[in-house]
Amino acid sequence: MSDIHTSHDGASHGSYKSYIIGLVLSIVLTLISFGVVMTGSFGIPAMMITVVVTAIIQVLVQLILFMHLNTKSEGGWNVISFIFTIGILTLIVGGSLWIMHNIHINMMLG
Amino acid sequence: MATDTIKQHDAHAHDGHEHHDAGAMKVFGFWIYLMSDLVIFGSLFATFGVLATATAGGPTSQEIFELPFVLVETFLLLISSFTFGLAVLAQNAGDRGAVLKWLAVTFLLGAGFISMEIYEFHHLIAEGAGPDRSAFLSAFFTLVGTHGLHVTFGLIWIAIMFFQISKRGLDSVTMPRMLCLSLFWHFLDIVWICVFSFVYLIGAM
Repeated sequence: MSDIHTSHDGASHGSYKSYIIGLVLSIVLTLISFGVVMTGSFGIPAMMITVVVTAIIQVLVQLILFMHLNTKSEGGWNVISFIFTIGILTLIVGGSLWIMHNIHINMMLG
Repeated sequence: MATDTIKQHDAHAHDGHEHHDAGAMKVFGFWIYLMSDLVIFGSLFATFGVLATATAGGPTSQEIFELPFVLVETFLLLISSFTFGLAVLAQNAGDRGAVLKWLAVTFLLGAGFISMEIYEFHHLIAEGAGPDRSAFLSAFFTLVGTHGLHVTFGLIWIAIMFFQISKRGLDSVTMPRMLCLSLFWHFLDIVWICVFSFVYLIGAM
């Protein structure tokens, strides 16, 4: 068994345990974020924070427990390319929302 | 180092090792493709974020999103991500029958997800909330539709893998392909987590 594990890099690591932990965590996180919004018993800022935080944790659960992203496989290039992509995404999404929000406000005032 | 490897393995295993290196490179290359796909989705999310309130007097996100429906869709895709993981574990154990079984289960769950999405789109268009109604709906259909198209191609790929593995078995050609497909399928689940959180849940507030 350990031979099988050491003979593959990257995506093939993993065990029943990690997949089951991943599944349970994902189900719990999904239920939390839907539950908070569907019951509607919280203020919008609290709901917003809960949804964003559970989404980030759930993405990490998928990446680490399901896709087995780690710093060891492929000499860390998987992680480095992922971090680079996150940087690009921050620029695209954050930058777009920021600049369009500003334009929107300026148009309203003007 | 390389000679150590040769000493440790017989000729057949060494053969497998060379294939493994090529296979690992394939999987890494596929990972780079996924990163570029992530940038596509990022652009679509940015577009949606900018246009989310541009409803042009048409239906708003609070009016058209049905969260219980989306919750069921989410569970279908989430569980399919888990069953694909079981297929990869079965592949590591060299159990072809189990790989085929879990691929079939994953296919059915994915097909259930895509059927629900087609139903939702059809329902919205029939109600007059199609992509031509407002900038918000154009962005919504583009983002969710692009994800749906990816899932559809994932289903086609799963079907192809099913027949390749049932014909060739688990060898140095099919196993790296399975790993690429597993990354693709989990990746689609990650994109869906962002869709249900940032489009449906925040839109329904």
